[in-house]
Amino acid sequence: MGIYRLLSHLLLACCLLWPGLALAQVEDTEAQQLLTALADSSFSEKKTVINRIAGSGDDRARYWLESFGANKLGRIEDSGQFIIVLSNRGRNWTVEDALTKENLGEISRRDIDTIRVNNALRNELEGILSVIDLKSPNEDQRLSAARALKGSVSGTLAERLPTLIDEEQSADVQAALTEALAIYQVEEQGDITAVATLSGSLNSEARAALQQAMRSDDPALAAAATKAMESIEQKLKLNRAAETLYFGLSLGSVLVLAAIGLAITFGVMGVINMAHGELIMLGAYTTWGMQQLLPGQPGLALMLSIPAGFLVSALAGIAIERTVIQHLKGRPLETLLATFGVSLILQQLVRTVISPLNRTVITPDWMSGSVMINEALSLTLNRLYVIGFALVVFAGLMLIMRKTRLGLDVRAVTQNRAMARSMGIKATKVDILTFGLGSGVAGLAGVALSQITNVGPNLGQSYIIDSFMVVVFGGVGNLWGTLLAGLSLGTINQLLEPWAGAVLAKILVLVLIILFIQKRPRGLFPQKGRAAEG
Amino acid sequence: MWLTRPLRERSTQLFLGVLFAALIVVTALHLLMPQDSALYVSSYTVTLLGKYLCYALLAVAVDLVWGYLGILSLGHGAFFALGGYAMGMYLMRQIGDRGVYGDPLLPDFMVFLNWQELPWYWLGFDMAWFAFIMVLLAPGLLALVFGFLAFRSRVTGVYLSIITQALTFALMLAFFRNEMGFGGNNGLTDFKDLLGFDLRTDATRLGLFLATGIALAIGYVVCRGIVTSKLGRVSVACRDAEARTRFLGYRVERVQLFVFVVSAMLAGVAGALYVPQVGIINPSEFSPLFSIEVVVWVALGGRATLYGAVIGAILVNYGKTVFTGIMPDAWLFALGGLFVLVTVFLPKGIAGLLFTRKKTKDEPTTPAQEATA
Repeated sequence: MGIYRLLSHLLLACCLLWPGLALAQVEDTEAQQLLTALADSSFSEKKTVINRIAGSGDDRARYWLESFGANKLGRIEDSGQFIIVLSNRGRNWTVEDALTKENLGEISRRDIDTIRVNNALRNELEGILSVIDLKSPNEDQRLSAARALKGSVSGTLAERLPTLIDEEQSADVQAALTEALAIYQVEEQGDITAVATLSGSLNSEARAALQQAMRSDDPALAAAATKAMESIEQKLKLNRAAETLYFGLSLGSVLVLAAIGLAITFGVMGVINMAHGELIMLGAYTTWGMQQLLPGQPGLALMLSIPAGFLVSALAGIAIERTVIQHLKGRPLETLLATFGVSLILQQLVRTVISPLNRTVITPDWMSGSVMINEALSLTLNRLYVIGFALVVFAGLMLIMRKTRLGLDVRAVTQNRAMARSMGIKATKVDILTFGLGSGVAGLAGVALSQITNVGPNLGQSYIIDSFMVVVFGGVGNLWGTLLAGLSLGTINQLLEPWAGAVLAKILVLVLIILFIQKRPRGLFPQKGRAAEG
Repeated sequence: MWLTRPLRERSTQLFLGVLFAALIVVTALHLLMPQDSALYVSSYTVTLLGKYLCYALLAVAVDLVWGYLGILSLGHGAFFALGGYAMGMYLMRQIGDRGVYGDPLLPDFMVFLNWQELPWYWLGFDMAWFAFIMVLLAPGLLALVFGFLAFRSRVTGVYLSIITQALTFALMLAFFRNEMGFGGNNGLTDFKDLLGFDLRTDATRLGLFLATGIALAIGYVVCRGIVTSKLGRVSVACRDAEARTRFLGYRVERVQLFVFVVSAMLAGVAGALYVPQVGIINPSEFSPLFSIEVVVWVALGGRATLYGAVIGAILVNYGKTVFTGIMPDAWLFALGGLFVLVTVFLPKGIAGLLFTRKKTKDEPTTPAQEATA
């Protein structure tokens, strides 16, 4: 959303610098007259005055009317100056000038006459305000106003809507307005032609209107509404399926991120690194640390954490490789035990040095919130970013393994170490770099995970079994397999969840994998040829 | 006879001698010494030692599959816990109407959850013989089904380790659920008596300690009997060169399945003896961390020796008791360090350190074979 904010700032700056660009303002004397008329007239007369103000084309009109509706438009008794009340706590009220918006400081409330308003006027105001919004030159503003109208169209507004729809340039706004009008027509008038407009709408107000129509005495109307409702239900079902798929992909991308580093160290190098989860944890803590170093700039800190998290975890991984793993070459079960010990030490280290409690990592503004696809489906942004990030990391790794010298060397060393060495490849160096790469990717996973789960000493532990499952399920040594396995396991888990509950879904997925491995011991995509000979 | 053969071995005689001597000494010190004497063994210590012996039996079970079959099971905690739950269910039913809610049939947690009747799988657990059979049968059946599926499709090595870990993890998640009917998070606890003996009396505690010691002795002899039999030879052959053994005409998966099931049953017995001494069984026994800890006991003691597993289990758990008493934070550092040091510097464990020259023929020969998995 940052881009919009930036744009609006720019717009504001332009307006200030170049008054000619600012929108039309009626002469202040005329404004004064209008407001005086509003203040001095009776309730029945006020209605016409309101419409005059709205029709004046003044860009301050909306503000005045809104304040009026909220009992905040007033006049200073002595000077006749019109003011807007900003805060009405206590004896002295903070006010600003209604015409110039100049802050006038605090004024005793006895000196202020607020202009009276009643409920009939408020209803009228609501319609008028929406019309003002609907005439706004800003399309986004028109669209949100039109959406807000659904289910809250008043009788007077309904009369004006058809002309507004005709005048509207944007198709989106037009559609929203048509729907709003149709909801009104179905709800209040039982209009059977409007029912057709609502068929296929995902708006909850539209559904409410149709449900009301289904109970109507007119059988033709009820039948039409039932039919429309059916098509809506179908659409909703589709949307729910899309939502489940999204959640599945999101969980799957988390699994892919957590497992993809393991696919390098375990899958390609054949090293069982049980401390992989803790390398993920280190990445997450790097993000936290970065945000502590750069307070107030969570976005920048997150961006910097991507390289920093990679480096921290890569260095930690290389340290593990040099101190422990290289001594246990060719003894996978011992490697498993030793690295498990390392994971215990790292966990306890974080507990002792930082804290046993979870740390909060701030989500930057541009990552929070959600994207609305339609009225029944909106996608949370942070998960969308994680999906994107997982795909980028995967593509990057794929490139490294397929297109670079390092990738070639890695494949050579893992397929035939002795032969690779006799061709002049420094096997030890390749080991270090590969392990560093896999560990660094774990760090990247940690940076991403810090945005969607708690950052604590147990973060890694909760992903280690899942990660191994993903790699084994996908087929050891196959990055594509890891991607497919991660995404499909995530989706299966989400599909089972509404039916079986979260814990049982996880158990079922684990059992499924165990059974699957019985059937295909080498995973979805077993290695073929030279690489398969261990 | 395969079971009496180990009794003629010097190493087994030595092991049994030390074990029985220890049992007698502890019993004597507990019963005969006055309470204020420095040599007096309190009933707390007796129970603690009983707990160590349970762990030792579990470690022997793990050593049987890891040391002599080459299968690194990271899920033996599951068999241990299943045996424990079978015993716990019997003890729960023994409480009868002495529970907090006084329901003659339903355990307290079921009354609390508003259950109306006993789930079918709790039936029969009021009879001791049935419960004791289930102690062997529950872990045995799980191992049979799991092992059948795994060994038939030749899942071995690291793959097997990881899916055993997933197995115990899945069971942990399952047992944490209240709907499972095993007390959920809290597990089974508040036991009163076993076979009519009050669990809180010193005499019962001493009895349980001695029973555990005898179970360990029997378990050791059974394992020793298996590994010195022809089957044991084949099993070691599977460990060192699975493909060759298969080509020689042996049904590798049957050997693996047999040894795996026996080991799981031993683990179940250890769990069953553990529960009345500790007084509680809950899903944390299923945690993957516990299972992998067991493996490090064996690694420290020395794999493929059986007595090494016993030494390792007792040493590590003694260390744990001491450490968590004085500096609890340091325990995970120590345990983690132990994992690393033992695997890197002590591949043959303490037993290897003590008896390098004498015991070479039982050591795992070429680790390279494990990589073929």
